[in-house]
Amino acid sequence: MDHWIQFWPRTAAVNGEVVNALYIAELAVCGLILMTVVGLMFSFCVRYRAGSTASRANLTEKTWHWEIGWTTATLVLLLIGFVWGAAVYIWLYKSPLGDLEVYVVGKQWMWKMEHPGGQREIDALHVPVDKTVRLLLASQDVIHSFFIPAFRIKHDAVPGQYETVWFKATKPGTYLIECSEFCGTEHAHMKGEVVVMEPAAFALWLRDQGVRESLAQEGEALFREHGCSGCHGENSTVHAPSLVGVYGGIVHLQDGSAVRADERYLRDCILLPRTFTVAGYPPVMPDFSGQLGEDDLVKLIAYIKSLAR
Amino acid sequence: MATITAGLPTSYVTSENTISSWLLTKDHKRIALLFFASITFFFFIGGIAATLIRMHLATPEGLLQPDIYNRMFTMHGIVMVWFFLIPSIPTTLGNFIIPLAIGAHDLAFPRINLASWYVFNLSGLVLLYALIMGGIDTGWTFYTPYSTLFANGYVIAATLAVFINGFSSIMTGLNFVVTIHRLRAPGMTWMRLPLFVWGIYSVSLVMLLATPVLAMTVLLVAMERFMGVGIFDPARGGDPLLFQHMFWFYSHPAVYIMILPAMGVVSELITCYVRRPIFGYTGMTYALMSIAIISFFVWGHHMFTAGISIYSAVVFSLMTFFVAVPSAIKVFNWTASLHKGSITFDAPMLYALGFVLLFTIGGLTGLIVATVALDVHLQDTYFVIAHFHYIMVGGTVSAFFGGLHYWWPKITGRLYPEMWARMAALLTFVGFNLTFFPQFILGYLGMPRRYYAYPPEWQAWNVLSSAGASILAVAYILPLGYLGWSLLRGERAAPNPWRATGLEWQTSSPPPKHNFERTPVVTAGPYLYDPEDGGFIAQNGAVNA
Repeated sequence: MDHWIQFWPRTAAVNGEVVNALYIAELAVCGLILMTVVGLMFSFCVRYRAGSTASRANLTEKTWHWEIGWTTATLVLLLIGFVWGAAVYIWLYKSPLGDLEVYVVGKQWMWKMEHPGGQREIDALHVPVDKTVRLLLASQDVIHSFFIPAFRIKHDAVPGQYETVWFKATKPGTYLIECSEFCGTEHAHMKGEVVVMEPAAFALWLRDQGVRESLAQEGEALFREHGCSGCHGENSTVHAPSLVGVYGGIVHLQDGSAVRADERYLRDCILLPRTFTVAGYPPVMPDFSGQLGEDDLVKLIAYIKSLAR
Repeated sequence: MATITAGLPTSYVTSENTISSWLLTKDHKRIALLFFASITFFFFIGGIAATLIRMHLATPEGLLQPDIYNRMFTMHGIVMVWFFLIPSIPTTLGNFIIPLAIGAHDLAFPRINLASWYVFNLSGLVLLYALIMGGIDTGWTFYTPYSTLFANGYVIAATLAVFINGFSSIMTGLNFVVTIHRLRAPGMTWMRLPLFVWGIYSVSLVMLLATPVLAMTVLLVAMERFMGVGIFDPARGGDPLLFQHMFWFYSHPAVYIMILPAMGVVSELITCYVRRPIFGYTGMTYALMSIAIISFFVWGHHMFTAGISIYSAVVFSLMTFFVAVPSAIKVFNWTASLHKGSITFDAPMLYALGFVLLFTIGGLTGLIVATVALDVHLQDTYFVIAHFHYIMVGGTVSAFFGGLHYWWPKITGRLYPEMWARMAALLTFVGFNLTFFPQFILGYLGMPRRYYAYPPEWQAWNVLSSAGASILAVAYILPLGYLGWSLLRGERAAPNPWRATGLEWQTSSPPPKHNFERTPVVTAGPYLYDPEDGGFIAQNGAVNA
């Protein structure tokens, strides 16, 4: 880091170690292939330069066995690379249950993080070491991409969707967060830092943020404010599905399909209720698109999730 | 001019020389030169933007304002992709050489050919309008919803330019497909076609099939921006990823539009200067066609981190690995074609060897980004920038210059100065690697693309890259000087100065207006060179002539 020239990025997460191994293996194979091609080209160019005495007799005419040979070899090598890469990718992008969940909202040009306890940060993310941290990415405006080079993870934050990505940091320290999808004038300064802390220090940090309400509690207030509780509340007379225990389960919809109630589903239900009418209920819910910002949605969803537990 | 040309047979250049005879010409050779003037102009416009980008990035905070920098890389991308790389080889070398190489008197639709040039220039004017009025900052990819809702700039003008430009592509592609199907000289069977013709044929199919999708896509962007139609805007029920699917459905094949003709050119150059038949001709034709076909099924690899389903990403990764197989076959065949040859290292051959090396590096790093898990880290970083410049600039531009030098005597009737040309070829190779190799390292370090500012610890690599770019600039300006000189003072070229086998060499240099005195009859396959005595049999059966 302090050197005037850097050859290799720091690696500070289990994700990064796995990606490094794959990268080094592929670099080695590609280097070998390149050296073979360059070596052959160079030696042919020297040996068969015009005027050299090397024999040109018996020019290779039948070429098919060579061609089938190297085509097969290439194919086998490629399939190995593909399978390894795909396996790591599925592991990287299949979201595990995190020890900690943080909501990340991208907007021109900053990253806003919201911890479940209600702690908020801008362009900074404090996390404990050796814990699986699951991030829920949303965007308030254009497409951004959340990128931590030292962890080798990246995922776009797409407006209108929730995306998830996870990491498990292995070394305490401060690492760069970048936006890697062009998002306007200050794209290059849409940066932040992730601060990896020992668990005790992290607990202390959480406590010192002076937070009064957790994300779910704030969500509960919004739940009443926007009139959600009038129908979805326990004493409601309107025929609306109860939200207790809905998160994580399977929901059967009016159109006969079944979906898993994850964050993306909950978000879609709030914004586009008519598209996701639950089987057996009348389509009476007003849609809230345009009325709730990403911040509020995050809180409402945190509240609904808290009902699940 | 008149006195110099006296005593020579009338060629397409000298037959009639009024302004209207050029601007209303239906001769494919003249139209090729018109296109050549247009794309050279745009190459230098795009080059100026590139120069500013590299000057800016020599220091961490740069010298341009952020909005100006963002407009520069956008303009660089749009100009280089649609106004130079895509038309480069097909509209100039292809336009000039294809009818000659298949023994035809012109393209199938001479008027459509001329119309294509006018449409191209019209789109160029619209783009220049967007540029002069203040430019745009969306990047050449026009990603929504940034381009439709947030960008301030001349997005509609720029998308309109791209929309119009597409028609030029389609007209040119259509013309080549019909010409190659219908106008081959007697005896010119499909398996006797030179690989350059195969390259242009495969690329023309891709142009015809993919470009309409681009037109639809940019039209939808303009409609959403102008009229507020909710196609891509999630607030109106649209889907921003739909744009990416549609855009890359064209723009991935577009990469092959750029590289396939280059592969064809290089196959011509290598056989001629190695003086032996190409290794695995049939395999080469299958490889070209399978690259063209598979290119339509890999677009999702631009979206591995965008939030498409994990399993579709895996399928796109597999398809991308498949496209590497025919590419590898081509590299191995070019290498094997050097075996037992009798090799001379004239400038076109140096460009061709440079092409093979740079394309190999571009292809191998393509495998790295095709590996889904690695792409998660490398997507949208300088690694990707380096990778595609190795293909498009190291590959296509090297082949374009190689082909230009090779066919220069045929086009102009003059020889170019060999030593200068060799120097330009070497400078291109050195400057190119110095510019783009450091960017692979920057990419893995995590430097995202389209950053006008970066942390200071990445400066060393950026300085190297900018230094390389200045060498590259010299290498690209140099030919303008000595080729210009050769137009006036170069030595007169014989009909077949390289002792090559193609039909284009069986007519005078420069060719007469209707290409051939008599329609040639083809009796031989391409590339009948003999490395033992340097002799050859041309495709019309002429021996050593």
